[in-house]
Amino acid sequence: MSKTREIRRRIRSAKNVAQITRAMEMVSASKMRRAQRNVLATRPYADRLRDVMAELMARMVGGSRRGTLLEARSPVRKVAVVVITPDRGLCGSLISNILRRMIRFILEQREQHHEVSVVAMGKKGRDFVARNNQALVAEVTQLGDSPRLQDILGIATEVISGFRKGDYDEVYLLYSEFVNTLVQRAALRRLLPIEPPVDAQMERRVDYTYEPSQEEVLEELLPRYVEVQIYQALLESIASEHSARMIAMRNATDNSKELVKDLTLSFNKARQTSITNEVSEIASGAVALAQG
Amino acid sequence: MPMQLEIVTAERVVLSDEVDQLNVPTKDGRIGVLPRHAPLLTVLDIGELDIIKGNERTPFALFGGFMQVLSNRVTILADTVERADEIDEARAERARVQAEERLRQRQSDQDMALAEAELRRAMIRLRVAQLRKIRRQQ
Repeated sequence: MSKTREIRRRIRSAKNVAQITRAMEMVSASKMRRAQRNVLATRPYADRLRDVMAELMARMVGGSRRGTLLEARSPVRKVAVVVITPDRGLCGSLISNILRRMIRFILEQREQHHEVSVVAMGKKGRDFVARNNQALVAEVTQLGDSPRLQDILGIATEVISGFRKGDYDEVYLLYSEFVNTLVQRAALRRLLPIEPPVDAQMERRVDYTYEPSQEEVLEELLPRYVEVQIYQALLESIASEHSARMIAMRNATDNSKELVKDLTLSFNKARQTSITNEVSEIASGAVALAQG
Repeated sequence: MPMQLEIVTAERVVLSDEVDQLNVPTKDGRIGVLPRHAPLLTVLDIGELDIIKGNERTPFALFGGFMQVLSNRVTILADTVERADEIDEARAERARVQAEERLRQRQSDQDMALAEAELRRAMIRLRVAQLRKIRRQQ
């Protein structure tokens, strides 16, 4: 008797879990759609900015890159990496993929005797870095599901001014690239010095008027380019987070349902056994009485 | 012959339309752009952006960015831009009063600069919102 009760309790709890994970799946699904829309919405700006920069760079014949965000330094001694992770867990292997990539990056850099500082965006990354006593130079958490460009300006300013002052010779960006709903990949890009975008259609060279001047326009464009790259990476990471969570929750729901099915089967078996036992007890009692 | 205008911010495409003229605040002062303007790449300041299409004039509050004019296409990469009807006038007014208050208190240089920038933004918002009202009455 106690066995059937035990099984019934487990069935009930498995059903409750399925209900919760199902709800979380739906929430993530709607958040994911919004996040994907946000990613697409920033594309025009980023594309135009890249075009403008490519045009400008193509026209910058000669011109010194020293002192700008384009300047490549050697030897490289200090690097920073901006790591974007979610604030919350329960999203499959997404976080561990990023953290593993980060560890590999840090080890690789150490091998070349580069000093590594970490800038963390998102709680999970920050906690990990703090727990492992790595150099955490800046952090920002709880950016929400639809951050604005302003929300990342603090981080952008930190790395840009750090690069200018020589605190970092190179800055990298680590985030999860949103390939599609099922696939998210940890992606590592160099943020600084800026790798100038290449213009695909070089032939349309018109002479621009620059106001105030070519250098000043470039000086304004470059930081914006860095900001937009961080912003886009953040939006992609958010889209990745929600789709990973949706898939994780869908798997959890499926597993609970499977479990309920198995448990129901063993519950029925246990019930049958107990009935058989009872019947045979009564039967044998009756036989004993008849004989006695 | 109208020209193609596109205003985008990092968050969204604000406007994509054919227009006849626009007046923009650049770092070197306000300029007007007419169709067939020479190629231009410029840094924008904060101020009011006026778009003229036919008899219609639409004011925007613009807070910095870039403008590219190339083969009759104008692209404005704005840091922030607000259409007149998106502006909350009461809020802008409150921000103006607050900024003025802070300016009077004369704190550190940094605070002063921040308050001044805030004041400028509030004034532009208010002016754009009022321009829209005036035009409605006409």
